[in-house]
Amino acid sequence: MTKEARMREGSRVPLLQELPLLIWLVFLWGALWQDFSAGNLIFGAVIAFFVANIFYLPPVELSGRFNPIYGLAFAGSFLYKLVQASFHVFWLAVFRGPRIRNGVIGVKLRSRSDLMVTATGHVLSLIPGSLVVDVDRSTSTLYLHALNVSTAEQAEKVRADALDTEAWLIRTLGTKEELAALRAETAETRKRKIGGRA
Amino acid sequence: MMSAAVVAVSVMLAVAGAGAIYRIARGPSILDRVLASDVLLAIVGAALITDMIVYRNLDYLALVVAISLIGFIGSVTVARFVTDRR
Amino acid sequence: MEETVYDVITAVLMLGGALMSLAAAIGLIRFPDLLSRMHAATKPQVLGLLLFLLALAVEFRSWKLLPVLAVVWIFMLLTAPVSAHMVGRAGYRTKHLRPELLVIDELDDVVERAQRLLREAEEEALEDEDDDPRVDDDPGHSYTGELDDDEMLRARGTGAGEALNSDAQRPGKNPEG
Repeated sequence: MTKEARMREGSRVPLLQELPLLIWLVFLWGALWQDFSAGNLIFGAVIAFFVANIFYLPPVELSGRFNPIYGLAFAGSFLYKLVQASFHVFWLAVFRGPRIRNGVIGVKLRSRSDLMVTATGHVLSLIPGSLVVDVDRSTSTLYLHALNVSTAEQAEKVRADALDTEAWLIRTLGTKEELAALRAETAETRKRKIGGRA
Repeated sequence: MMSAAVVAVSVMLAVAGAGAIYRIARGPSILDRVLASDVLLAIVGAALITDMIVYRNLDYLALVVAISLIGFIGSVTVARFVTDRR
Repeated sequence: MEETVYDVITAVLMLGGALMSLAAAIGLIRFPDLLSRMHAATKPQVLGLLLFLLALAVEFRSWKLLPVLAVVWIFMLLTAPVSAHMVGRAGYRTKHLRPELLVIDELDDVVERAQRLLREAEEEALEDEDDDPRVDDDPGHSYTGELDDDEMLRARGTGAGEALNSDAQRPGKNPEG
């Protein structure tokens, strides 16, 4: 259903789209009480339903796709990058300190959806060493402040890294169209690489 | 072994807290201070967890949840007013 | 025997978490400007907290506890970048950075253009608007909004109205000179 159609129909969100939110709220209820017995969860579900409908917020437009295998792989690579970048920044703080040089780098993302831009920016901000300073929503460009960047190659590496993070996120929860575009793009770069080598 | 580790952790957290407080006192701008107080809050959370591990209780769990939930509001507010006072 | 293994794991995780806090403090002290310090400040909130929560989980080894710890970390993941972005954006916009430390800056002219448009619109709306970023309490910045004697003389000499609107009276726009 399109957004306009729903607006005409009234503000009711279909239950299926609300389900992820409700499940999360019930999980939160159980976690905070440290009690996952059936009675507590049912009571939590009732409260979650009322909260979601009385304190109504515009729904997040999820793509309806989630690939748990890529999700796990993404979580793994996120943790690896987190640890590695943490120690890298630690090393820079101790040995470089005041002599650090930085850069603000614009990265134009592939996706236009707000969810994807927000998620990518979030992940990049969580990893020490890169930080979202500003976002241009109309062109979905993230402006990243990157630590210890002084040459064009290093800037290019930061940019490739950000695009790689976005690619992982698209594979995990992007829409079908985004995924198709990503596949076409990777196929093309692979072809060009092979062509360049020949 | 455990007690030595606890002493080391306490000393490290204390030094880290002192560093954050130094940055809060030194500034130079309000944003530096607010950033350092964010770090200090994270260090306090870490100290609460250390306390829970050492004395084997779960008394401060709600406090840790609260810190992670609403700890960001202060710095967001300050940052907002800084941008608005342009 | 088993107990000591768990104890060792807990101790190592706690030491790692404390090391991250220490790293953040070192970064806070040693990095030269706000935006570099922000990178250091992310660590105790993300990796340090994760290590401490894992230490707690290993020490108690109770299934009931795991969801709460997961919730704590998820909330930290969701909220930490929000504050980091807001502070970083405010710092960039109000020129808290030190331009000589930025080797590459692809945002500069974009912001400059946007702010010029905004300023023009504001100046149209409010003729005598003062748009100084007077948020800096750095003692190096001695701008108080008052004119000192020399500036008063110069202002009288060149015609007060013109001088008050000129950029020379607004060090906030180019703080480093």
